[in-house]
Amino acid sequence: MSSNPRQSETPDAAIPSGPLATKWSRHKMNARLINPANRRKYHVIVVGSGLAGAAAAASLSEQGYKVSCFCYQDSPRRAHSIAAQGGINAAKNYQNDGDSVHRLFYDTIKGGDFRAREANVYRLAEVSVNIIDQCVAQGVPFAREYGGLLANRSFGGAQVSRTFYAAGQTGQQLLLGAYQALEKEIAAGGVKMFPRTEMLDLVVVDGHAKGIVTRDMVTGEVTSHAGDAVLLATGGYGNVFYLSTNAMGCNVTATWRAHKRGALFANPCYTQIHPTCIPVAGSFQSKLTLMSESLRNDGRVWVPKRKEDCGKPAAEIAEEARDYFLERKYPSFGNLAPRDISSRAAKEVCDEGRGVGPGGLGVYLDFADSIKRLGEAAIRERYGNLFQIYHEITGENAYTQPMRIFPAVHYTMGGLWVDYNLMSNVQGLHVLGEANFSDHGANRLGASALMQGLADGYFVVPATLPNYLATQKPGSVTTAHPQFAAVRDEVAQRVSKLLSIKGKRTVSSFHRELGLLMWDECGMARTKDGLLKAIEKIKALREEFWTNVMVPGSGEEFNQQLELAGRVADFLEFGELMCVDALQREESCGGHFRVEHQTPEGEALRDDDDFSYVAAWAYSGDVSRPQLRKEWLTYEEVHFSTRSYK
Amino acid sequence: MKALYLAVIRFYASSIGKKMIVALSALGLLAFLLGHLAGNLLIFSGPDALNAYAAKLHGLGVFLWVPRLGLLGLVGVHIMATLHLAAQNRAARPQEYVADATLRATRSSRMMVLSGLTILAFIIYHLLHFTVGNLHGFHDDNGVYRLADGSMNVYKMMVVAFGVWFNSLFYLVALTLLGSHLSHGVSSLFQTLGFTTPRTRPLYTWVGRLFAVAICGGFASIPVAVLAGFLK
Amino acid sequence: MNLTLKVWRQKNRNAPGHLAEYQARDIPVDASFLEMLDIVNERLIESGDDPIAFDHDCREGICGMCSLTINGKPHGGKGGVTTCQLHMREFQEGQTIVIEPFRASAFPVVKDLAVNRSAFDRIIQGGGFISVRTGSAPEANGTPIAKDVADRAFAAAACIGCGACVAACKNASAMLFVAAKVTHLNSVPQGQPERDRRVLGMVRAMDAAGFGNCTNQYECAAVCPKEIPADAIARLNRDYGTAAIKEALAG
Repeated sequence: MSSNPRQSETPDAAIPSGPLATKWSRHKMNARLINPANRRKYHVIVVGSGLAGAAAAASLSEQGYKVSCFCYQDSPRRAHSIAAQGGINAAKNYQNDGDSVHRLFYDTIKGGDFRAREANVYRLAEVSVNIIDQCVAQGVPFAREYGGLLANRSFGGAQVSRTFYAAGQTGQQLLLGAYQALEKEIAAGGVKMFPRTEMLDLVVVDGHAKGIVTRDMVTGEVTSHAGDAVLLATGGYGNVFYLSTNAMGCNVTATWRAHKRGALFANPCYTQIHPTCIPVAGSFQSKLTLMSESLRNDGRVWVPKRKEDCGKPAAEIAEEARDYFLERKYPSFGNLAPRDISSRAAKEVCDEGRGVGPGGLGVYLDFADSIKRLGEAAIRERYGNLFQIYHEITGENAYTQPMRIFPAVHYTMGGLWVDYNLMSNVQGLHVLGEANFSDHGANRLGASALMQGLADGYFVVPATLPNYLATQKPGSVTTAHPQFAAVRDEVAQRVSKLLSIKGKRTVSSFHRELGLLMWDECGMARTKDGLLKAIEKIKALREEFWTNVMVPGSGEEFNQQLELAGRVADFLEFGELMCVDALQREESCGGHFRVEHQTPEGEALRDDDDFSYVAAWAYSGDVSRPQLRKEWLTYEEVHFSTRSYK
Repeated sequence: MKALYLAVIRFYASSIGKKMIVALSALGLLAFLLGHLAGNLLIFSGPDALNAYAAKLHGLGVFLWVPRLGLLGLVGVHIMATLHLAAQNRAARPQEYVADATLRATRSSRMMVLSGLTILAFIIYHLLHFTVGNLHGFHDDNGVYRLADGSMNVYKMMVVAFGVWFNSLFYLVALTLLGSHLSHGVSSLFQTLGFTTPRTRPLYTWVGRLFAVAICGGFASIPVAVLAGFLK
Repeated sequence: MNLTLKVWRQKNRNAPGHLAEYQARDIPVDASFLEMLDIVNERLIESGDDPIAFDHDCREGICGMCSLTINGKPHGGKGGVTTCQLHMREFQEGQTIVIEPFRASAFPVVKDLAVNRSAFDRIIQGGGFISVRTGSAPEANGTPIAKDVADRAFAAAACIGCGACVAACKNASAMLFVAAKVTHLNSVPQGQPERDRRVLGMVRAMDAAGFGNCTNQYECAAVCPKEIPADAIARLNRDYGTAAIKEALAG
């Protein structure tokens, strides 16, 4: 403990000393190990079975640890990692186009707008090459060239071709690889799987995470599980916006419950809005569908120059009456400008009243030029499945008329704070994948989410967790500890409270209202006034929720409304923290755009002197009074620069 | 030896194993059908050719029982495995759909058990009819259905038997069901034994249909020819 | 649009089920099938009734969680799409739609339209993987794989494990699911060392789960949202036959 109170507030990131390039290998060398014979005595709890969770559970079981893995879906194979389309980055430099670990590291730091931790990102780039080896060995059918070697493409505006892919289903194939590894370990007896089981709370004993409390979603049984460490790999919180590209079940509950048990929540305001989603068609809409960013390689984004033309069919708008706004504003990157920049540009033209489609919330993504140049067959071969998805959803044929797209919430860079070991400030609580905050800074580059999930699961946590476990006597805390009974009771009470309100409004109506509020005030552009207003509205909505929500059925059965109610209740608390975080960050960076902080040309204006820190929020006992801890980011290798895509 | 025996049991116990046994027994039965048809078609070459062929078969004496028992075994295995499979299939869906729909399955594929069992009934009748039975007095000792050397006048037996119209009608109905059974069965055989590829599957479908038409058309030509007065 | 729904309601695995009739009024034609059910459920909740339970998650046709047999056809029978991708414009004004769960004894009903498909996980546990420990993988480009082999493996690996093949099969057989995974892993060089063990283990797990058998009717392929071709089943048969003979003769 330092005597300086300001320093003691700063969480210790436990970054190893020494040069950046050798930190990871030195760290592994210095880590404590556990004798193979002793490993089976340790019980590790893994919550979530996506890329990070499944990879970690399988890898730890292979090492000999006893693992329990939990997921809310009916099978671990359904985790939302499966929906990632584009690809996975790795610094293999198979294309001989100048890529390297250092370049991937630098691109990720720069893409994250200098708000990520250098050491973590460097390690991510370093292990990226191992991920590809691992996945190929598992039989993941990556795209290949005629010579039989792996194919790469350039993705998300990267200047090198470092993205590995399996058509538009890369996430699915990687997840199935991890899922199969997990099932292999289940068959071998190393992992016990708990599907349709939702984590509802974390059990912390003497500052160490020692277990979780879950609800069996089929029988409703609330159960305690004790372990020597808890790993959360529970994904992001994009569904706070109600409409997002996340799966319907994605939620913040696991990480939010951990936060309320002491874990710091870092950078919650960093959310990624993906530019190419299918626009909202009506108020009945339950989710948004992403169209792979690769479409921007051949499509041109435009809106009519004049508002009056917006109602007309696209074909009737003459070439000179069209505004190809990305090409106009960012001549060198054009339609391939990064996600945050493209999204905001689309919002701007729609705010000007030049949007197209229902509600004026859409811009055209036009393939006419490419079809003219390459032929319809070539476009069909590249994007056939995407055009088909678009047709299924909208009933429109994008070969003959331009697609309509609009930005949608897609990924959340914020998450539970973790140190270099991926351990949160709660000892033993490790957080992996999208659930943590560590690698993407304020904006994630395309094809980096899969890389991070698998890096954390296959290579980072299996190397860092033993270092923590070695400090613990295996099985030292069991569910007989009074803290388990106490947390279990709290969970049971909360469940019965939700059921007993019997109010007038459905859970979804609250979720929808919260989502709209978050989208309007804490979405692509944020203002101080808007955020202050949102915070008050969220508080009021939360109050109404706890007095007027209607949850049918009982707690002792399969009750999907009850599940949703618990998740929405947590979103109603979390949403406020997001706004508070957005409010304190008086700068614009990456996915966080404060209208007050922009250049005269309307570009994001960063304030490195005052805000190059990780905002890590501590729960004070009152949701509305979170305490800010700052982890200042120091850069040894890279220098701050302004992102320019002009 | 015991290990091998257990391996066979294990193979039969598996779903695919049983299906392969159905397919392999069907191969044997198909070969028989071809042979039987070729023999029967000798009727169009006149009484002497057909009767000589029959006499040769009977001349095998006890050795004729080797293929006969083999055939009986094939039929037995084919039916036993199929019934096992059918029972498992029924158990696999205890609650039927209220609204049932069929998208691609052919009518013949949906009638396999029905057509198979009808064919079984037909085979029994057929054996009673020609081999052991005495419906038309074939086996009376008055010599009407015997040739000079004492062997059976099969040609005459067939002409007399198919001269009875309802007899022929029953044969034609049974042959139609056999055709249905074969058209799905033959193409299935390639699939079950693992020979189908994306390119060859349509080919096998046609092979099945052609085989069914050829076999059933061939057999049916005899009663038709008798009824039409072409064979006397 | 206005529709009449006849929906299978079943309290839990052991309770008897029945069809209940609901009127779905003023449904937007642009809504997806599941959004139509959302609307019906919101109204059921508001009127104090128990909403219809159904599985769903990604709502973009890739997670395999949504199911539903619609008028006797899993995923609506359109082929190439999941229920979540099916939109109401495919239906007619005033139509009666019968909605049932995926029916198979291996997929017991959890509640209403939600079923338990863990039998698929058990099949994968039977051998649907390549045993490679994390960290022991060789260099990825060390083993070239011909593009057509890789493409074929990918086409089979596209299976989302939704179970529509089982639901559509007249015999509730899981052969297409098993065949897809066997085709994927037995095609690539990495999968060769375990190919016999894999197919034997997966088929045994499939049989133990109580699925029916394939009678080569290909209803499965007709409804498969990922259009896995039925030829995969021939490959499964071939690989199983070879493996079983090898096992029997060589031990």
